[in-house]
Amino acid sequence: MSLLVICDHDRGALSDASLEALTFGRPLAAAAGLEMAAVVIGEGADAAAAGLGAHGAATVHVASHPLLTDFGPEAWGETVVQLVRSTGATAVLACGTDRGNEVVAQVAARLDQPFVANCRSVDPTGDGSGNWTMTRVQWGGSLLEDTTLTADVHLVTVAHHAVEGVAAEAPAAGTVASFAPELDDVLARTVVADRVVLTRGITLSTAPVVVGGGRGVGSAEAFAPLEELAAELGGVVGCSRAVTNNGWRPHSDQVGQTGTRIAPEIYIASGISGAIQHWVGAMAAKNILAINTDREANMVTRAGHAVIGDLHQVIPAVIEEVRRRRG
Amino acid sequence: MRILVCVKRVPAPGARINVTADGQTVDAAHLGFTTSPHEECAVEEAVQLTEAHGGEVTVMTLGPAAAEEQLRYAASVGAHHFVLIPIDDVDWDPQRTAAALAEAISAVEETDGAFDLILFGNESADAGGFQVGVRVANHLDRPIVNGIKGIDVVADGDGAADVAGVVAARREIDGGFEVYNVPMPAVLGVKEGINLPRYPTMKGRLASKKAVVDTNERTVEAGGQVRLRLHRPEEQISETIILGTGPEAASAVVDLLEELGVLA
Repeated sequence: MSLLVICDHDRGALSDASLEALTFGRPLAAAAGLEMAAVVIGEGADAAAAGLGAHGAATVHVASHPLLTDFGPEAWGETVVQLVRSTGATAVLACGTDRGNEVVAQVAARLDQPFVANCRSVDPTGDGSGNWTMTRVQWGGSLLEDTTLTADVHLVTVAHHAVEGVAAEAPAAGTVASFAPELDDVLARTVVADRVVLTRGITLSTAPVVVGGGRGVGSAEAFAPLEELAAELGGVVGCSRAVTNNGWRPHSDQVGQTGTRIAPEIYIASGISGAIQHWVGAMAAKNILAINTDREANMVTRAGHAVIGDLHQVIPAVIEEVRRRRG
Repeated sequence: MRILVCVKRVPAPGARINVTADGQTVDAAHLGFTTSPHEECAVEEAVQLTEAHGGEVTVMTLGPAAAEEQLRYAASVGAHHFVLIPIDDVDWDPQRTAAALAEAISAVEETDGAFDLILFGNESADAGGFQVGVRVANHLDRPIVNGIKGIDVVADGDGAADVAGVVAARREIDGGFEVYNVPMPAVLGVKEGINLPRYPTMKGRLASKKAVVDTNERTVEAGGQVRLRLHRPEEQISETIILGTGPEAASAVVDLLEELGVLA
C-alpha cells in the first residue's frame, strides 16, 4: 500500500511546492507504514520523474494522455483517481498550492472521500482507532484546527511553506512506471485553452526582495520610490488590500490571504499597519523590515527589524545609501 | 443568464482572532460579520454579467439564521433571489456542506429552471477547505475551474437548446494567466481581484429590506472530517530591533541588506 504524492512541475522542472510535499510525505509514509510513490502528469513529466528517487519516491508514475498535455483540473483529478484505484493507494498528498488543492478536491469529489486541506502536521496513528489526526490552518494561518480524518483513502495537502523541500537522507528506487488513464473527451472542457504571459522573470511569489506599500504610501504615484528601491534590489513591489481597494495598484500586487503568499529573503513593509489578512501572506518571509511612523503598528511589533519614520523620507534615503555604497 | 452565487457568512477579522472555550468556533463577541471576500466579488461579478447580458442573480448560503444579513447585503448590491439553508452556529464539514448545497440547487432548478453559471469563492476566508465548489460541481455533473479572476461570456446560448453557451475564464498564475473555455452550465471558483465590488446605494439598501429570503432546509449526513478544536498558533514572539528613526536609519537598513546578501 502506498502514499501517492502529486508532483507539479513546469515543463519538466519540479516546483518547490512538490519538493515540500515529498519532504512532508517521507516521515508521514514511514509512520503510516506505507511506501511513498509519486505521480507526475503532463508534458515534461518524464524529465520531472527522473530525480524523484532522490526525494524518496519508491515508484514514480508518469501519466500521459492527449488530454494531459496541459493542465486541466478535471482531467488531472480523474487521472489520480484511476491511479489510486489501479495501485490501491490508501493516501494522496499534494502541496496546498492553488493547483494542489484544486486537484485533490477533484479527487475527493470523485471518490466521495473527505479531504483535509493545508495541514501543518499529520499523525497517521491518530486516535488509535485507525483515524488520522492532523493540524491544519484556518484564516490563512492565523488560526489552527485539529481534526480527525476517517476515510478509506486519506486525502490531504500540506500548507505551502510549512516545510522546506530537501532531498531524502536515503534515496529510494524511483522506479519509473508509465500510466495511461482512460479519459473521457468531455474533460477537455476544463483543459487550459490558452496562456498569456504578462511578466517574464521574477514575480511576487518568487522574488528574493519584496518592497511592500500600504495605506501610508498615500497614492498610486507615491509608489515610485518603492519601485525604484525594488529595482535596485532585484525585487518587486507588493501592496496591502487597502491599496488595491483604493485602486492604487492592481490586485496581482496584493500580498495577503486573498492575494499572493510571498516568501522572500526580506520583505520591506512600508506604511503597512499589518492586519491579520496581510500578515498571513507575508509571514513566510525570512526577514521582515517594517517602516512605519507608528511604533505600535502590528507590522512593527511582529517584524524582526523596524525603522520608525515616514516612508517618504526613509525610502529615498535608503536608495541613496545603496547607490553610494555601490559607488 | 441565470446565475447562482454561493456565499458564506464569516467573521470580519480584527487584529486578533479568539476561539470559544469549547474550541469549536471563533468567538464572535467582539467581531462583526461579512461575506467572505472572494464571494463578495463573485456576487459583484454575477450582477455585472446580468447587467451586460440580461438575466437574474440568485444568492444562496448555508449558515446560521443570521446569515440572512449577508443575503440582504447581496440584495442591496443588485442580486434578485435569496436562499438560506439554515444550520446551527458551528460549521458543517465540507462534504456535508457540499451535499446540502447540491440538493438545494437541484430543488431550486427543478422549479425555476437550470442555472447557466454557478459561482463560488475560491475558498472561504475562515475554514478555507478549498473543496465545496468542486464537490458541488461534481454532484451536479458540471465542469468547474478554480482561481478565476476574469469571466467573459463568449456565447450566451440564450437558452436555446442548440446553442451552447461558453464562458472564457481567466485564472491568474505566476507572471500571467491561463484561459479556460468552459461550456455552460458551468461552475467557477472566483478570486478577489476579479472586480472591485460596489457599495450599496441608499435605494439598494431600502430594497434589500423587502427582499424575500426562501428557507431551504436540508438534512445531510456528516462527512469524514471532524473538528476537534480550534486554537491559536504560538505567537512568534520576535523582539523587534529598531534600526533607527527617520532617514538617518538608512545606513543601518543597508547594513542589514548587505548582511542578508540581497545587495549583491
